[in-house]
Amino acid sequence: MYTKVELHSSEKVKLTVRDLNFYYGGFQALKHINLDIPERKVTAFIGPSGCGKSTLLRVFNRMFELYPEQRAEGQVSLDGEDILSKKLDVSLVRAKIGMVFQKPTPFPMSIYDNIAFGVRLFETLPRAQMDERVEWALKKAALWGEVKDKLTQNGSSLSGGQQQRLCIARGIAIKPEVLLLDEPCSALDPISTGKIEELIDELKHDYTVMIVTHNMQQAARCSDYTAYMYLGDLIEFGPTNDVFTKPKCKDTEDYITGRFG
Amino acid sequence: MTEKHLSTQFDNELSGISTRVLEMGGLVESQVAQSVFALTQFNGETASLVLKQEERVNAMEIEIDRDLSSIIARRQPTARDLRLLIAVSKTIANLERIGDEAARIARTVQRLLDSGVSSRMRLPVGDLAYECELATKQLRKVLDAFARLDVNAAIDVLKHDDKIDQEFEGLMRKLITYMMEDPRTISSAIDLVFVAKAIERVGDHAKNLAEQIIYIVKGTDVRHNPVHAVESLVR
Repeated sequence: MYTKVELHSSEKVKLTVRDLNFYYGGFQALKHINLDIPERKVTAFIGPSGCGKSTLLRVFNRMFELYPEQRAEGQVSLDGEDILSKKLDVSLVRAKIGMVFQKPTPFPMSIYDNIAFGVRLFETLPRAQMDERVEWALKKAALWGEVKDKLTQNGSSLSGGQQQRLCIARGIAIKPEVLLLDEPCSALDPISTGKIEELIDELKHDYTVMIVTHNMQQAARCSDYTAYMYLGDLIEFGPTNDVFTKPKCKDTEDYITGRFG
Repeated sequence: MTEKHLSTQFDNELSGISTRVLEMGGLVESQVAQSVFALTQFNGETASLVLKQEERVNAMEIEIDRDLSSIIARRQPTARDLRLLIAVSKTIANLERIGDEAARIARTVQRLLDSGVSSRMRLPVGDLAYECELATKQLRKVLDAFARLDVNAAIDVLKHDDKIDQEFEGLMRKLITYMMEDPRTISSAIDLVFVAKAIERVGDHAKNLAEQIIYIVKGTDVRHNPVHAVESLVR
């Protein structure tokens, strides 16, 4: 396993994973994961179905806690603070670590309220400031131009690609530090995918982005670091350039070149 | 590359490219050998044959390059598949230049024959034949190494290149002696200097091919390094 990465001197570790194990009841889905996620970079997780990449993302914002039979052991720290600790309020974790899912999930309310809803949970802003925040988030998500004249329309009236960008806007409106994207483009056409990828590149100036994708070319295109996982193990983690031109593990090479593992 | 891709079509495309690189390699190897045969035997017919083959080599370079673009566009290759295709692109450019060197020699032969030079002038063409033998041997060895993706054989080719260089320098001294002893040989001896240089370049191209083989297998770019450094780089 080659999972230790030498970061550049300008790079800082944002999220540290130490000896993380995860169980769905009796089934162990993650095995002794150790990983340092660099700040303000895009880290992509690739691997065949069932390798644990989505599970890992779900651990990062404690999404699994909704299900009593699922449990995580080990340590995940954000800037040194253990986010798996029961003492830490889960909604505070999610305020810092936002997540966008495979299928766009706009709330059944107006475009404006879709964004404002999350903000209201954490902050009480006067109307003018809330307007500003909504505009800021929609601009960041490269959606403002398309929706600025129909903010009162229902979020579900938008196209799939627009809905997904709305979800990203919603995610960044509360100003998280980390953004988790679980297959954000798998339901989108190439143009919308292109826009989201452009957006990811933009977002990394302010956020630490982690993306799970089945599309290896997407990982190659938009990430700085790539992690390859297989059957719950982290097999290889390194700079995307290296992983896609000269991977250290034969398993990684077989997977990314499309050979039988 | 024994393991198969999920896509057998992709496997076929890659092995098809490798096969054609070897075919092109075989063609330029025989071109070099024939051009020097034409020289030592003062045989104009063989020289014309070499020039004719050059068209085929040029066409092959273009065909293979076109297929490379198509595979890259359609398959988006990564890792060693990507390295293979990049290396093939450089390999065929080198092979084409080897073909050019052979053609250069063939044209020199035609010019010598046109100006009435014959075996009676007792130029040291035998020494050129020996230098050529060294160069074609390197070429054959590197093509074998490409077929088997054999890094050790490729390193061996790198190690033996200085033999050709030494032979070239020896020839230079010899030709200078000829020119000093009999100024009537100057013009044809200068032609032979260029032939010797062309053969020496064939050796250099073989060396470049060897470096590409190391890149395919190890992913390490060893160009512009002395041989001993290459060995430690690929360990």
